[in-house]
Amino acid sequence: MAVDENTVRRIAHLARIAVTDEEVPHLQSELNAILSFVAQLDAVDVSNVEPMTSVLPMALRQRADVMNDGGYADRIVANAPQTEDNYFVVPKVVE
Amino acid sequence: MTDLTQLTLAEARDGLTARRFSSTELTQAHLDAIDAAGALNAYVLVTPEKALAGAKSADERLAAGNAGPLEGIPVGVKDLFATDGVRTTACSRILESFVPSYESTVTSQLWRDGAVMLGKLNNDEFAMGSSNETSFFGPVVNPWRRGGSDAKLTPGGSSGGSSAAVAAGLCLGATATDTGGSIRQPAAFTGTVGMKPTYGRCSRWGTVAFASSLDQAGPITRTVRDCAILLRSMAGFDPKDSTSVERDVPDYEAAVGRSIRGLRIGIPKEYRLEGLSPEIDALWQKGVDWLRDAGAEAVEVSLPHTSYALAAYYIVAPAEASSNLARYDGVRYGLRVPGRDIAELYENTRAAGFGREVKRRILIGTYVLSAGYYDAYYVKAQKVRTLIRQDFENVYASGVDAILTPATPTPAFGIGEMANASPIEMYLNDVFTVTVNMAGLPGLAVPAGLGAQGLPLGLQLIGRPFDEETLLAAGEVIEQAAGRVSAPQWWK
Repeated sequence: MAVDENTVRRIAHLARIAVTDEEVPHLQSELNAILSFVAQLDAVDVSNVEPMTSVLPMALRQRADVMNDGGYADRIVANAPQTEDNYFVVPKVVE
Repeated sequence: MTDLTQLTLAEARDGLTARRFSSTELTQAHLDAIDAAGALNAYVLVTPEKALAGAKSADERLAAGNAGPLEGIPVGVKDLFATDGVRTTACSRILESFVPSYESTVTSQLWRDGAVMLGKLNNDEFAMGSSNETSFFGPVVNPWRRGGSDAKLTPGGSSGGSSAAVAAGLCLGATATDTGGSIRQPAAFTGTVGMKPTYGRCSRWGTVAFASSLDQAGPITRTVRDCAILLRSMAGFDPKDSTSVERDVPDYEAAVGRSIRGLRIGIPKEYRLEGLSPEIDALWQKGVDWLRDAGAEAVEVSLPHTSYALAAYYIVAPAEASSNLARYDGVRYGLRVPGRDIAELYENTRAAGFGREVKRRILIGTYVLSAGYYDAYYVKAQKVRTLIRQDFENVYASGVDAILTPATPTPAFGIGEMANASPIEMYLNDVFTVTVNMAGLPGLAVPAGLGAQGLPLGLQLIGRPFDEETLLAAGEVIEQAAGRVSAPQWWK
């Protein structure tokens, strides 16, 4: 499978990365090089093979459904580019 | 007095315990060495005040007789580990001024055991790279040079700052991380020892995530013994990491020097790649001979899906990266570049904040996870991954204790030498190491002497899950047989 310029733009938008017109052809050829490299997996017979879902056999642990952390909003927002009263500030989303 | 920066971690520990020198002297010697080695660009942040304060407390505990296992030992920390109150960037512009208010579990265990932090070490941006050239802070220079040349070589990546600093005597050991070879390849390029432990052995909590099902922290050190000492402090169960394994941490150092008589060492025929350099092939044979001389038995084994590992990796790793790196949005932390609306703010921020290799991987990951392609790429790759793991399980079930391979297909290459290479050519650096991450196994890179160009070459030992000890025992045999190598200190 190969990607065209429109697909590159669509993927970049899905990934929320702005790309310039000059970048698109370059990205397209790089992505296609990688996609043609991974196409060698087509040669592997994976019928009756389960996809790996856990690197090592392990059961996820459970814990009591109680609040066990928090109460430090000031620390959470400390690295934010723009805050107000311990809220993150973003451009207006709803008119 | 001897040069304190040339001691091994074990020698420094013994010297501190015997009070032959203080942690303050040891730490100051390393800070001076770092000052003199700016040309290597190994550190992206040096923390002298924190280091000397830590050394002072360590000296007090040493005097009081309640020292921890790493008391007073100065170490470097890859800039992927969050350090409380100390800038942590993953060497990305998007985290250029990020200061965590928490400490990664791995580093907190080092401080618990008395280690002293010298500073943060350079790495490829978000650990994506094999030459440290994708770092926002610029490449690290390998302390090693080709004989008769002053061309700058890469120390490998992504843990290039860690490997260079250890090889150059800028710390006694360093933390590192390995997603596809990022501990073992830099170790091989710098004549140092690097262990990627079994998946789940070291907590991932507080380490900047790249590909969560592959990432694992481990040490880079100058000797196998030092590796065992540092790993013991880094490893252990952590309830904050859901894939951390609840299992006692053995005394790894006790395995160093253990006999390997009777061990069965697998030699995988699929690693004998077409076009493998004769030098690497000869090194591999030398490794077999050394282990045989020590009483081990070498047997040929087959890992039939090896050749598909890299392709599967370059689906799984970018897919997980695209998901993990979604958090860098210019809102909660890190760089923000304004836009007309919030979507444009995200897009502008991420365009300016991420470097080229990181963007490329996010885009590939986004593509293989997107509607219509998920089964064809991601699910398929995870199925191939199951086959890769089964290959190893079959070999171990046949009575093989560990597997010996080259660590890298070449010695260190020049900075900029791969500038015109395709991404795929750079990815081939990981051809011997990536299977180990795909299967979640432990892998140890150990120096095995110098090649024709005068550069260090490394061998890799792959073990059963949670059998790091056999790797340390066999690694020690290789280290003893090959002899230790030290980089010439041309930058001083």
